[in-house]
This record gives sequence, C-alpha cells and structure tokens, in this order.
Amino acid sequence: MSNQDIDKQEFNITVYTENQIGLLNRIAIIFTRRKINIDSLNTSPSEVESIHRFNIVITETEDVVRKLCRQIEKQVEVLKVYYHTNEDVIWQELALYKVSTDVIAEKVSVERLLRENGARVVTLRKDYTVFETTGHREETDNLISILQPYGLIEFVRSARVAIIKDSDGFNAKIREFERLEPGEDVIENEFLNKGNQVFTM
Amino acid sequence: METQTITAQEIAEIKEKSVESSIEVSGSVALLEALIVEGVDTIFGYPGGAIMPIYDALYDYHDKLEHILVRHEQGGIHAGQGYARTSGKVGVVFATSGPGATNLVTGLADAQIDSTPLVCITGQVFAHLLGTDAFQETDVINITTPVTKWNYQVTDANEIPEVIAKAFYIAKSGRPGPVLIDITKNAQIQKFQFKGYTPCDHIRSYRPKPIVRQQYVQQAAELINQAKKPFILWGQGVILGSAEQEFKAFVEKSGIPAAWTILGAGAIPTDHPLNVGMLGMHGNYGPNVLTNECDVLIAIGMRFDDRVTGRLDKYAKQAKVIHLDIDPAEIDKNVKSTVPVWGDCKETLPLLTQLIEEKKHTEWLHKFNDYTRQEVELVINDELNPTSGEMTMGEVIKQLNEITKGEAIIVTDVGQHQMVACRYAKFNNTRSNVTSGGLGTMGFALPAAIGAKYGAKDKTIVAIIGDGGFQMTLQELGTIMQSKVDVKIIILNNRFLGMVRQWQELFNERRYSFVDIQSPDFVAVAAAYGIAGKAISDRDDLPGTLQEMLDHKGSFLLEVFVTKENNVFPMVPQGCSVAEIRLK
Repeated sequence: MSNQDIDKQEFNITVYTENQIGLLNRIAIIFTRRKINIDSLNTSPSEVESIHRFNIVITETEDVVRKLCRQIEKQVEVLKVYYHTNEDVIWQELALYKVSTDVIAEKVSVERLLRENGARVVTLRKDYTVFETTGHREETDNLISILQPYGLIEFVRSARVAIIKDSDGFNAKIREFERLEPGEDVIENEFLNKGNQVFTM
Repeated sequence: METQTITAQEIAEIKEKSVESSIEVSGSVALLEALIVEGVDTIFGYPGGAIMPIYDALYDYHDKLEHILVRHEQGGIHAGQGYARTSGKVGVVFATSGPGATNLVTGLADAQIDSTPLVCITGQVFAHLLGTDAFQETDVINITTPVTKWNYQVTDANEIPEVIAKAFYIAKSGRPGPVLIDITKNAQIQKFQFKGYTPCDHIRSYRPKPIVRQQYVQQAAELINQAKKPFILWGQGVILGSAEQEFKAFVEKSGIPAAWTILGAGAIPTDHPLNVGMLGMHGNYGPNVLTNECDVLIAIGMRFDDRVTGRLDKYAKQAKVIHLDIDPAEIDKNVKSTVPVWGDCKETLPLLTQLIEEKKHTEWLHKFNDYTRQEVELVINDELNPTSGEMTMGEVIKQLNEITKGEAIIVTDVGQHQMVACRYAKFNNTRSNVTSGGLGTMGFALPAAIGAKYGAKDKTIVAIIGDGGFQMTLQELGTIMQSKVDVKIIILNNRFLGMVRQWQELFNERRYSFVDIQSPDFVAVAAAYGIAGKAISDRDDLPGTLQEMLDHKGSFLLEVFVTKENNVFPMVPQGCSVAEIRLK
C-alpha cells in the first residue's frame, strides 16, 4: 500500500444547494472525472425551504477532498460545502429487513434478537414482517447475518445521513446569502479565513 | 399553428408608450430583445429544424443583430470565442439541436478551459418529445455539463428573460466561461406576457469573486518588500479582469521581472523593459531556469498549467509563492501558495502596489538578460535570421512584426507555428493574441480569426495556421467569402504535423508515425472561394508578399513553405523540471 492509501480515510462532504435539475449530475461528475468512487450519496430538502442538502461519503486523502470541495463550491447553484472526518459527525444509515411472519411467530429468539439490535416493526402482515433499524454500517450488516438463518427475504439500506457536531446550522446563513454583499464567513470555505495557518515566513 | 411574431419596430413603439406594461411576444422575440439589451451586436450561428422559430424572429432583427452564417457549428463557436477574446464582450452562438449542438462541444471545452465568456443558444425538440429519441434530439444538457460554467434547459417561454439574464451574468462575471441555454421549440414559439428585460446582477448561490482580505495583501507586500529575487508570472486573468493598467503600475513600481503564459501575452507590451518573456514548455530560457532560483514567485491570474510548470515536485520549491486569483479553486490546486491573495486582480493589484516599496532589481534583471543573450545566440538567431536554406517559421513572424509593428491581432492555431508565433510575435496591445491555450484545439484559428475581426473591426487580423490545423476547419473560408471578412491568413506549411513529428524525433527515435500530411493547393482552394492568395518558398519573396497581403483590400491567403524538420526550442521535455530546459 502506498503512503497515499494510508492517508486515505472516510470523509463526509456536506453540500447545500439550490433545488435545480441537473445539479446532481454536475456534482457527481466532479468525482467521476477524477475516477473517485462515491461510497454513499444522499440528497434531500434541508431544514431551509428551497435549499437541498447532499451528504456524500468518499474515501480519500484530505488534500484531495479539499480540492474537490472547492470544485463543488465553484458550481453556480452550490451555496456551501463542508467536509468532515467521521469523528466530526454523528451519522446514521437506515435499513429495512423483510422476514417471513411465520418464522418470527414460531421462533421467539428472533424477536429477542431484533430487540437487542434496536430494530422495530414497520409493517406486520400475515405473510411477512418488515423491520427497521438505524445505525452504522457494521450494525446494520450485523443484523443481516443474524436474520439470514431465519430466511431473510429482502434487505435495503439508505445512504448515510450525517449531522455535523460543530455546526450552527444553515438557517441563519441563508439570509446572509441573499444579501448582495454577504459577510466573509458565509461566502467561502473556512480555509480562506485561516490566515495565520497559511502564512509562514 | 400561428407563429407570426410581432416585429422589432412594433416592440420599440410599444415600449416607448409604456415601460411598465407587458406585451405578448413569442419566446424567440423575448430572446432577441434580451440579446439587444445585453449589448449583443453579432451572432455566429447555423440554423436547423429545432431553432427555426428563433431564426424566423431574427429575420426582423437583422438591422440590430448581425448574424454571421458559418459553415459548421464548431466554426461558429470558435468565431464566438475569437469575438469574445478581442472585444472583451460575451460571444453569442446559435445552433440547432442534435448534431448542431454536439458540434459545439469542442468549442465549449476550449472556452471552459480558457475562461472565455460565451452564451450559446441551442434549439431543442418540443418539450413533449424530450426523451423519445425524436429526430435530432440529443441530451445536450448532460453532454455539455462538464464543459460549461452553467447550462439550463428552457421548456417554457416565461423562463426566457430571467434565464438569459442569468446566462450573461454568469458567462461574464468572476472567472468567465461558456454558458449553454437549450430552448425547446415549443418555448421558442409560445406567446407570453413579456414585461421587459432586466439584466441580472446577483444570484444567491453564486459568488463571482471572493472578498479581498487585506491581511493577505499586507502579507504579500511584506514578502515582496523583503525579496531579493522576486519574479512575476502573469496569465490571462490580467486581461480578463481588464487590469492591464493596474498590472503595469504594479510591475513598474516593484521593478520585478515579469513573464507571461501564452494567454497572458500582450497584457503589457512585448518590449516593456520588465517583460522578460514567455513561460512554459517552449517559453524563454531565463524565465524557466530562474523560476527555480527566485525567492518570491508572484503568480497573477494564472493557473499553473502543466505546460507552464513542467515537473511539479521540482517546481519553484525554493520560493515563497504569492498567488493572486479570482477563482478560489485555483489556489493550491497545483502549486501550494504561501500567501493566497483571493480576489479580482483589478482590486487586489492597486492595494498591493500601494504597500510595496519602489525598487529596481537591476542585478536580478541582468540575470534574465544573460539568459536571453545565450538563447539568442544558440536558438533565436538561427530561427529569425537564417541566410541560407529553406525559410523558418520564425523569420516569417519576424518579417510580419516589421510590417505590422506589433499592432496586428495575431490568431494562432495549435502546434509548432503556435509556439513560434507566441514566442516571436510582437504585441503592443492587450487582447491581441488569440490562441487555443488549454485545450490545444487544432482548427481553432481560422474561425476564431473571423470572430476576432468582428470583435475588433478596426484592427488587422492575421491568422497564423499550420498545414494540418488549417485542414480541420477550412470550410470557414466559405464564411469569409460570404460575409466578406477581412482576415489575413498565413499558412506555415512544413508538410508535417510538426509538433508530433518533433516529439517523435526527440522521444520516439524518429519513428514518424502518421505525421506526414499531404495538403491540397491551398491557394487554389482559396481562389475557389474567391479569396486572393499566393504561395512562396523563396526568402526573397517574403517581405514583398507579406506587404502585399497586408495592403490587400479584403481577405488574403499566404502559404509559406518552410523547412520541413525544424524543431521548436527551447523545450522543457515532459516530466522534466523547468530548470532542465533544453536549447537543442
């Protein structure tokens, strides 16, 4: 493994954008052009009306991630981009599991296992039952292996959603963006303001 | 379907009566009205099925909007680029859907990498046919996404005024670039209440330029004031930002030698005492070698392209780097900066000039002059002043300089002739060097020269093209013929795809693989288009024929047979550091 591979880690990229057709493609090709795989991608309306939020997970070095974020922020309809390591965010993935109801009814142990894994019933029908759980990848994976012997019929998992630990949110920022001359802190990524760390004589 | 539109005159009358009121017009008329408010005077285009309603409306606007019918959409977009580069305005291009639009792609990529402001309007099939594989339907938005600064598909005429306003604002503001607007045929035909056109000056999510941070300007000034061997690299950003005067003031007060990237050429005159020459693979000796000796490198409006830097891990490692750029994504992209001076250089340069001490770096400048002397002796003399043998490309450019005195606009294609022209052409004025820099698009020059003429009608336009590149877009001779465009064309014919041949000679043991290109009788081709021309191979004919070409009323094609196997030197071989530049 090269040094570069060792320096690679998961980064959570958070992108605030206008709601515009074609923007997903514009952002996705910034990664594909450089042959970087997107591990996980979630896009959904944010807490601010008309603003969408992307959560993108990639495994790369910080240097590459910083450059990618600059390229993303350069897109006309992108308001702001942040990147964080896993330590800087709280994240979850949601998983759904479809299991035969007969099996569940017969084997009490299944119910117990599900409870232990924090799963809850979403749908209960005669023929099948759908459970839901949230957690990190390993946790949702773990439940697959637990349910597999009991005839897991179908499984699906969402992309990652992540909340940034050190964030004041976007509600206040959006008013700044609407101004013709917004303040320094909203218009570019934080790096631009870290003057002392950049300048060495 | 009723498609008869209201005439331009009628609109003007209605507008005069009441500014506030809205009138019913078609999407096509709204588009053309928008172009007029944006100050557009010239459109390069080619009609087709899906853009017919716009062309129908254009029929009534021919007195306000001059439309140049090109021979191929690629020619149209390169002409738009040439126009934008010489005029400083946004180039406007029309093309139809499908093949018309895909023919724009090369030009879009070229404009994107060279930051050229364009607004391209493409027709598209009716909205209800989108995605049905309709006749001449292609997914233009997705095809052009990676090569446009912004693109948008209009499916309703009501969107047109706002979208066109955004298109122009995005194309020309900040770091300029190409914008493509795809308009479905139904939106072109559709009548709607047009409330007039207001140009755009703000988009919530778009920051054309970063806020200038005074602390960085101060840090940059400190570095410059302490520097013993400072060196300025400038690029097209100076020209795009119309900051030539501010730049000149900065250079002159600081007394720092300055070198240019090929797109920056002309921002200060060639013979300015502090202009030490061209950067990069075929740039001058001193600027390349001394990049690795300077103590402070000041990069202004340039992006450290690999053709400029050579091997990055051996590039200016000893230097503190000050990088002035309007595009935050450029800072630290290739070369780590010590001080990033974000912002529009028209604003940052005067701030910096104010804080720096007036200096003369005489000894340091002498070093550049020493290298120049060596380069003249070992390379330039043979190239510019040969006395025997076949003509060289360099002597043609030198003769041209003597007649034009550096006042002409030089448009070049891509290859050896381009490097020679950029190296030796004299530029007195900004916006006089039009070339395809980043993308290296062969076939660029002829159509770009047409556009360059429309962008600078009072200037002499000289297109310098190789025998290979000329054959890629020679159909635009038809445009020159029909629109009577006064463009002087010099073909430097070495009967080879010269740059590739040079590489094959130097790096592939002379295995000349498919670089031996045959050409038609170019003068006869020109004659078939009614364009005057002459071919020469004798040195003695050069001054007279060049004079004849420039005196000729109207376009003229001059084919000069030059020596077949000349190489362009100096050269920084790929994968080498700039200090390893070769003189032979």
